[in-house]
Amino acid sequence: MTPLPAYLLLSAFLFAIGLAGALTRRNAIMVLIGIELMLNAANLNFIAFWRYGLNPQVLTGVMFVIFSIAIAAAEAAVGLALIIAIYRHIKTTNLDEVDAMKG
Amino acid sequence: MSPVFLILAVFTLASAVGAMVLRNLIHCALCLALTFVGIAALFIQLNAEFVGLAQILVYVGAVAILIVFAVLLTRSSETPPSDRVFSRSWWLGAGVAVVTLSTILAAVVRSPSLNRPEAKPVSLTVKTIGTELMTKYILPLEVMGLLLTAAMIGAVVIAMRERKP
Repeated sequence: MTPLPAYLLLSAFLFAIGLAGALTRRNAIMVLIGIELMLNAANLNFIAFWRYGLNPQVLTGVMFVIFSIAIAAAEAAVGLALIIAIYRHIKTTNLDEVDAMKG
Repeated sequence: MSPVFLILAVFTLASAVGAMVLRNLIHCALCLALTFVGIAALFIQLNAEFVGLAQILVYVGAVAILIVFAVLLTRSSETPPSDRVFSRSWWLGAGVAVVTLSTILAAVVRSPSLNRPEAKPVSLTVKTIGTELMTKYILPLEVMGLLLTAAMIGAVVIAMRERKP
C-alpha cells in the first residue's frame, strides 16, 4: 500500500519541474506547458487527499479536480490564442524579445 | 510502496523533465502528453476512474493537440543551434524552483499527521458524480459552462486575423 506522503512528494517534484520550466524557458509556449504541469501536480494532491481523507464518501476533492480540469482547458485555449496573436504582431514567441512596453 | 506506483512515478517524472528540457518543441509537447497519461494512471490507481478518463480526454486529447497546433502556427518547433533555449536569468528561476521544492518537501516529511492509512475503497460511480453535479454542485457547474463559453469566444476573437484599416 502506497502511503500518502509518497503521492505528496511526487506532486511536489512535478510542481517544481513545472515551476522551473515556466521560469527558465524563453519560449512562451513552454511557459504555458510549465503552468499545465503545475496545475496537474495540484490536481494529484487533491485526489490523494480525497482518497486518504477521513471521509471519502464526500466527493469534494473529486469535484474540485473536475472543475480545475475545465479551468485549465479554458486557460490553455486563451493562452495559446494570445501567443498566436503576439506571434502575428512581432513574429516571435521568445519572451525576452517581447519588450515593446519596456520603459 | 507498491511497484505500480513506483513505475508510474518514475515514468511521470522522467517525461515531465523531458517536456521541460528538450530543444524541439514538438518533442516537448509529446513528452507532456506522456506526463498527462502517467498522471491519469495515478488517478485511476487512486480509485478516481472518472477523473482519470476525463484527464486523458481533456489533456491528452485536447490540450496537447492544441499546444502542437500552436507550435506549428508560430513556427517555433526548431530552435537554431546558435540560439539559447533558456532565458538569460535562468539561475534565478531555477533557484526559486529549488527553494519551493525544498520548502514543500520539508513540510511533507516533517508533518506527522500525514501517515494515515488509506480509507477503505469507495465505489465512485459516474452516476454518483452526475447526481452530485446536478444537485449540490449545480451553481459551479453553470458558472463553469458560462466560463468555458466566454473563454472559447475570447480565444477565437483574440486569435482572429485583424482587418486592415
